[in-house]
Amino acid sequence: MLAIGLGHYLTVAAILFTLGVAGIFLNRRNVITIMMSIELMLLAVNLNFVAFSHALGDLMGQVFTMFILTVAAAEAAIGLAIVVVFFRNRGTIAVEDINQMKG
Amino acid sequence: MYASVVFLPLLGAIIAGFFGRKIGDRASQIVTCAGVGLSALLSVVIFNDVVLNSHPQTVQLFTFISSGGADVSWAFRFDTLTAVMLIVVNWVSFMVHVYSIGYMHHDPSVPRFQSYLSLFTFAMLMLITADNVVQLFFGWEGVGLASYLLIGFWYEKPSASAAAIKAFVVNRVGDFGFALGIFGTFVLTGSLGFDAIFAAAAGKADATFHIFGMDVHAITACCLLLFVGAMGKSAQLGLHTWLPDAMEGPTPVSALIHAATMVTAGVFMVARMSPLFEYSDTALTVVTVVGACTALFAATVGCVQNDIKRIIAYSTCSQLGYMFFAIGVSAYQAGIFHLFTHAFFKALLFLGAGSVIHAMSDEQDIRRMGGIWKQIPVTTALMYIGSLALAGIIPFAGHYSKDAILESAWASGTFVGHAAYVMGVGAAFLTAFYSWRLLILTFHGKPRADEHVMAHVHESPAVMIVPLLVLAGGALFAGIVGNPYFVGEDHLQFWGKAIFLLEDHQALENREHVSALISNLPAIAAVSGIALSYIFYMFVPSLPKLLASVFQPVYKFLLNKWYFDELYDFLFVKPAFWLGEGLWKGGDGQLIDGVGPDGVAAATRDIARRFSALQSGYLYHYAFAMLIGVAAFVTWYIVKVG
Amino acid sequence: MIQALVFYLFATVTVASGVMVISARNPVHAVLFLILAFFNAAGLFLLNGAEFLAMVLVVVYVGAVAVLFLFVVMLLDINYLKLREGFLQYLPTGGLIGLILLVELALVFGSWQFADGAPLSVAAPIPTPDAVTNTDALGRLIYTDYIYLFQAAGLILLVAMMGAIMLTLRSRPGVRKQKIYDQNSRNKASSVEIRKVASGGGI
Repeated sequence: MLAIGLGHYLTVAAILFTLGVAGIFLNRRNVITIMMSIELMLLAVNLNFVAFSHALGDLMGQVFTMFILTVAAAEAAIGLAIVVVFFRNRGTIAVEDINQMKG
Repeated sequence: MYASVVFLPLLGAIIAGFFGRKIGDRASQIVTCAGVGLSALLSVVIFNDVVLNSHPQTVQLFTFISSGGADVSWAFRFDTLTAVMLIVVNWVSFMVHVYSIGYMHHDPSVPRFQSYLSLFTFAMLMLITADNVVQLFFGWEGVGLASYLLIGFWYEKPSASAAAIKAFVVNRVGDFGFALGIFGTFVLTGSLGFDAIFAAAAGKADATFHIFGMDVHAITACCLLLFVGAMGKSAQLGLHTWLPDAMEGPTPVSALIHAATMVTAGVFMVARMSPLFEYSDTALTVVTVVGACTALFAATVGCVQNDIKRIIAYSTCSQLGYMFFAIGVSAYQAGIFHLFTHAFFKALLFLGAGSVIHAMSDEQDIRRMGGIWKQIPVTTALMYIGSLALAGIIPFAGHYSKDAILESAWASGTFVGHAAYVMGVGAAFLTAFYSWRLLILTFHGKPRADEHVMAHVHESPAVMIVPLLVLAGGALFAGIVGNPYFVGEDHLQFWGKAIFLLEDHQALENREHVSALISNLPAIAAVSGIALSYIFYMFVPSLPKLLASVFQPVYKFLLNKWYFDELYDFLFVKPAFWLGEGLWKGGDGQLIDGVGPDGVAAATRDIARRFSALQSGYLYHYAFAMLIGVAAFVTWYIVKVG
Repeated sequence: MIQALVFYLFATVTVASGVMVISARNPVHAVLFLILAFFNAAGLFLLNGAEFLAMVLVVVYVGAVAVLFLFVVMLLDINYLKLREGFLQYLPTGGLIGLILLVELALVFGSWQFADGAPLSVAAPIPTPDAVTNTDALGRLIYTDYIYLFQAAGLILLVAMMGAIMLTLRSRPGVRKQKIYDQNSRNKASSVEIRKVASGGGI
């Protein structure tokens, strides 16, 4: 309990990931919340990588985490840009109203 | 060089057929008449060489099929039988070609007509010069095709198209039997060439086929199947229904095809296969019975018909029956002799009828004719000549051939032979009766047509009369001249090896010894038939109507051709249509189309519609789907790997 | 001992912040909780010896991305009260999926182990911290072996920037801008006109 091992970090990451998933379901009214849940999931994954990197003594984990960070930032930027434009055109960001791609 | 006798008409047909529109009507007529005319002259040369100089020969062209045991080559066989048929076919065809120049003068499609006539001639010539069954079958089918094209020549008329289809389909039934007969012959003798088949026939006289669990006598089976083909082509009882309807075609067609040549192909084929038929008494008996019944049946129906061409058509059917029962009693020579003479006088009758129709402004019902002999004396005389020959009055052509047949039938000594004799005499009586009925009602008595038609009655132009005169010459002299050669003293030397006879089938020889009564009875029957028809139609004109009303059911039975058409309609046509419609609507439409293209299309649309419901457009649906996918993937991975 | 305490502190706060992110009513509050989660995650990173990444997390994620979120949330006028309807409607399904994932993660966690040869096949062994700092070690790796990937990452960021600008840039009518090129390409002939005026008369 007191000796913090790899397992502890993995548990935290798992919980964070689950929270992210739940967040996507439970907050379908607000697109911003969905995006934040995605960030949470990415954070959990990063934590996982870093934990393994420390446990194995392998620097690759941290390198990969850096790239994930990069991509996450890019994705957040674009996603928010889309939200802004959408709001400009529709006047709402309720997820229920975003259905123009109906097939 | 002799091979060109077959190909000259084909050349005419090709030129007139493909280039007719370019070269025009007159040129097409000239080309086709020239082709057939040259063939006719060449056939005389061939006759002289092959028969009179006793020089039968075979001309090989090139190999057609070479496959296993079935080696077939294009080859022409010239023996007496062929030479006689060549004369008949070529000269009658030539006369019909020339006659058509006048008769079809006002038709818009003259080149097509002339081309079809020449095409038919080519196919018929192929048939009669064939050296193997395959080539014969090629010609057989070719004449069937030409018959279809010519009967349905005026194809805008629905009745003509229907008649053409009827002819082709009924012929097909016969052809199916013929094809089976060919297969049987090949299986039996291992070859398709006539020489090989005939050589092997003697050795296979007792062979049997083991089929459907029974043992059948092989040669009998083959011969019966071949005869089915002959029945179809020669309109014997059972497969005769197409012949009267074939009168929808123009009259020259009826004269050429349905009097002189195509319908005689069956007779020719059976005579050609005499080496096979001789070994099967059963087959010969069947041929006799069918022939005799046809002769009598057709004569009874001909007595009450009202269309001038139909009367002559039934007459043809009846005379073909004569030819067949002659063959059935092994008097092949008499049958071919009758074929020879019949070609001339029947073509004469048909073309003469064409003249009458032409004169009466296309009227064909004899009830609306009458009293025109003064206006068209030449045609009347020619029709009389033809009818006298048909009735078998001496010294006209028909007398010799008919007498030969009837005497041989009696002299054969068998029960069927005697029965055939009796039926033949009865048919002779009826033949004379209806022939004179036609003559009297058409040419004599008070005119029953209106003044407009009567004013237009005129003799046909020379281009139509000259062929009639040529044919009349044949009807007059072919009998007297041919008698010693075909069936008389010189007949053995005349025929050579063309006809094969077994030792005990000597009906033709034995007919010398029949009693005077037997040999004179046909003539008596004919004269009494003529007398009766004079009574009925000249002296007591009310008698026919009285008789018809008293014997109403009999009259109706005969008028409706013994209800054969209705019977076949019920037995075959309606079930075939029902089956066809069922297979089309149910089988093809519902089953194949439904499961196939339509079904696939409908299913695609359906499934696509269901899947498109997944594309709701809502972001959270998509996110939800993604997460479910992730969960599923992880589960699967754990289960599989862990 | 201290390490365990610090770990539990960071971990608890991270998880709690995560819960608050997804369940906060006010979106601004949600973003602020996200920032808190990031900070504590950075702390966890530090405990793992990844100090560079921890700092990057704070600088980039908190300083840029979270602030961006905040900008957008404040820019859009969201009627957040109305948006809360139906929260409980999807709880069962969402909870179920989350539960499934959690269970599976737990399963994996309970049964996995390192492969036999794993410690030997380390791709890039971490050098001892007193010899080379974490940043230094990362730099040595990225700028030599993975330089192409690094440049590609840079390109991704470039594309993202261009994409964001392209999406949101619009030219408003009625807004005047300076057109430097036009200004610089004026010449005397197009801007000045000399007219002879008679004395005492107007133009």
